[in-house]
Amino acid sequence: MQVNGEYKPLIVAFCCNWCSYAGADLAGNNRLAYPENVKIIKVPCSCRVNPMFILRAFQRGADGVIICGCHPGDCHYTSGNYYTRRRMSLLFSMLNFLGIEKERTRVEWVSAAEGAKFAATMNEFTEAVAALGENKRLEDLRCKR
Amino acid sequence: MQRIGVFVCWCGSNIAGTVDVQAVSDALAHEPGVVHSANYQYMCSQAGQNLIKEAIEEHKLTGIVVCSCSPRMHEATFRKTAAAAGLNPYMVEIANIREQCSWVHKDMATGTEKAIILGKAAVAKVNLNAPLTPGESPVTKRALVIGGGIAGIQTALDIADAGFPVDIVETKPTIGGKMAQLDKTFPTLDCAACILTPKMVDVAQNENIRIFSYSEVTDIKGFVGNFDVTIKKRARYVKEDICTGCGLCTEKCPMKNVPNEFNLGMDNRRAIYIPFAQAVPKVATIDPEHCNMLKNGKCGVCAKVCAAGAIDYKQQDEYISEKYGAIVAATGFNPISMDKFDEYAYSQSKDVITSLEFERLTNAAGPSSGHLVCPSDGRHPHTIVFVQCVGSRCASCSEKGKEYCSKICCMYTAKHAMLTRDKYPDTEVYVFYIDVRTPGKNFDEFYRRAAEEYGVKYIKGMVGKVSPENGKLHVQASDLLADKQLHIEADLVVLAAAIEPDKSARPLATMLTASMDTNDFFTEAHPKLRPVESPTAGVFLSGACQGPKDIPETVSQAGAAAAKVIGLLAKDKLTGNPCVANSNELMCNGCSSCERVCPYGAITYVDKEFRMPDRTTKVRRVASVNEAVCQGCGACTVACPSGAMDLKGFATKQIIAEVDAICK
Amino acid sequence: MKKELEAIQSEVIRRSGVNPKKCMRCGKCSGTCPAYDQMEYHPHQFVYMVESGDIEPLLKSDSLYQCLTCFACVDRCPRGVEPAKLVEAVRLQVVRRQGNNHLKTDSIPALIDEDMPQQALVSALRKYSK
Repeated sequence: MQVNGEYKPLIVAFCCNWCSYAGADLAGNNRLAYPENVKIIKVPCSCRVNPMFILRAFQRGADGVIICGCHPGDCHYTSGNYYTRRRMSLLFSMLNFLGIEKERTRVEWVSAAEGAKFAATMNEFTEAVAALGENKRLEDLRCKR
Repeated sequence: MQRIGVFVCWCGSNIAGTVDVQAVSDALAHEPGVVHSANYQYMCSQAGQNLIKEAIEEHKLTGIVVCSCSPRMHEATFRKTAAAAGLNPYMVEIANIREQCSWVHKDMATGTEKAIILGKAAVAKVNLNAPLTPGESPVTKRALVIGGGIAGIQTALDIADAGFPVDIVETKPTIGGKMAQLDKTFPTLDCAACILTPKMVDVAQNENIRIFSYSEVTDIKGFVGNFDVTIKKRARYVKEDICTGCGLCTEKCPMKNVPNEFNLGMDNRRAIYIPFAQAVPKVATIDPEHCNMLKNGKCGVCAKVCAAGAIDYKQQDEYISEKYGAIVAATGFNPISMDKFDEYAYSQSKDVITSLEFERLTNAAGPSSGHLVCPSDGRHPHTIVFVQCVGSRCASCSEKGKEYCSKICCMYTAKHAMLTRDKYPDTEVYVFYIDVRTPGKNFDEFYRRAAEEYGVKYIKGMVGKVSPENGKLHVQASDLLADKQLHIEADLVVLAAAIEPDKSARPLATMLTASMDTNDFFTEAHPKLRPVESPTAGVFLSGACQGPKDIPETVSQAGAAAAKVIGLLAKDKLTGNPCVANSNELMCNGCSSCERVCPYGAITYVDKEFRMPDRTTKVRRVASVNEAVCQGCGACTVACPSGAMDLKGFATKQIIAEVDAICK
Repeated sequence: MKKELEAIQSEVIRRSGVNPKKCMRCGKCSGTCPAYDQMEYHPHQFVYMVESGDIEPLLKSDSLYQCLTCFACVDRCPRGVEPAKLVEAVRLQVVRRQGNNHLKTDSIPALIDEDMPQQALVSALRKYSK
């Protein structure tokens, strides 16, 4: 996304309420810095993330989308993150086919105790997305200001 | 159009240090729907909350955004504040500008910019919020306990003591379970029957408890507070209410050679039988597989000798439907089959027995009247070898054994060894072990007593091979500490078989939609903080169906499960989580996708009549969500191909509005 | 022979006043032993061998004389087994037999060293000879 004529990657992070959102809070509690490009949206479970939300984000100019959920086997709703894993591997391969590099999308398991992992993941992901440059492939030109 | 109030918290300098709070409240004031925007030092303080309450009244606010710390911290606080001012608590959204903004960013400009964006996303969401009211459902004040072992007995007694009616369903003709088969109990060596049978009598006499013995649960519908259960009462061909349990029929029945399952097949019973003297209910049962009258229509001796006239060869299975508010699974365990452990010659020699069989052999009511004898020829054994961990901690042989530690074997083996040395000091007793695990009150002291005072020979190492030779058992084992191979001529070999959940647990879990682990043990809702509840609401766990357990642990867990049940049944109504799925019936095409992904079985399909544009009516199959069961994960919303399914509080439109606000 | 060994076993247990059954095989005695590297049978093996009656190899072993009798094992045993006392008892069984003196009077002059305290010699003679 261009901000004042300068490229700044915009990352949308969907975090499940029980593990990853708490993990992000823990990163905050421990003052573990990660780029401000990351904006978090809370969902009850990673399986609430509709592929539509991801497409919408890319359409509106997001440069990367990451989905964080509980570790496999630890889902608060027993099996939600397994659905996420399946759905997203399918969606990401389709996006890759459309020309959205697979480095722009990611599913990561972050537990409520892994504040450090959350921060590290966001740093690494932002760097990877920044290296790819602006996302133009799926951007909806009508949304451009 | 909503009338939204925005409240930006400084959190002292926690937020204000990196975020220009004035700039945030100014920027958000111009967002659509926002009619009031303010900032304050501590929003969560009494003064801050009053600020919100006053603003709600003054500006007639319909929604609130609080830009503050994580919702995990103070969402509940601000919801209460809103409710106190007459606003629906679910009209409050939190923008997390502390943990996820001011604490992780250092630069004031970028921090402020991000805080504004997070605030905009929250405003966009509140614009689409709707007031939510948690659903309520009534509670049937009756509990069902499935399994009548010590776990089920204790749970039922505790629930009944609190004044709630309880039904116990037991597949065997009597309650009592595994504990009724035991001789003595560690570490105090009380006789199992002496402490169990009074409890069984208590169950029988308790007015709040009904026992369905020789019965099984065949169907469970419904949800927490409102389960509809079908119980199949199998025909025992004896009228339960008339039989006095005198036992005359069990002496006169001519079918004498039926293996007695209560003594694990080590002796015989008749075709009509009472499992043991203290059985509850003390009623005879005819085994249809062996009764000549039922098989060929010839005999009828039991009917002739029964003075009460209780025999009824024409009895049919009976199905009983009952409503329950809570269900406790207490299905217990069994020792695993020793068939696959050929190295121990279990199938080749009668003198190789399992620990449960040993328990019956030493029990005064057992097949040998409590005399420790070799089952093959009745001689007194002089050398006994106990082998621990047979099938337990067996990671590579999943088809043979179990990966977990069965937990109880170390202690009962110490008990068996000690009792043997106590009663027959002339016997040599060896115990082969991998580790001796005795964590428990007075447990390690007990085991050390067996080794030190009673002279039981504990040898670290496993038995590799048992071969019957000349009427004796040649035991080949390793002694790891001496680094030697041992050869022992034994008279009796006792195998501490691993334990596994009862086979009825898996189908029961399916009926309950309760989750299980790969070993078929029921999963608890939280391994530490909710150990007696299943993740499925209204289902509780008691005893070894949740994991290997000894009697003291089982009884304490049974009491804990009962306390949870009582807590549930004491409520008149259940208040649910209002953030549940709901289906737009006009869009639903009845494809069942949502039903299949729901981990709670909260979605059912109903046939509903719809008016069509041409004024005709049409019946269509549509999804219906049970709000009391739905936990609000949202898996169904994504599975739905027609977009009919949505999640209250996290609606598709709301999340898209957040995405749009962030990506602007 | 077997009877004789059993007699020695019970004599060792009686004289030492040690109950080897109390041992729970933690190995702390061997872990603490300063003469570990010199010994053929280490303290924990010693206890186990006495307990299981496997005494013959002990009688022949040089380990009996490698034990410094420092009593570190006795001090540190969590079960109060006192392995050093067992070693001592077995050693006594050996040296008290005729011709079994481990330290003979004739060999003393060769061992004398300027720095060695006289007490060491006296105690060694007491420990290793009849």
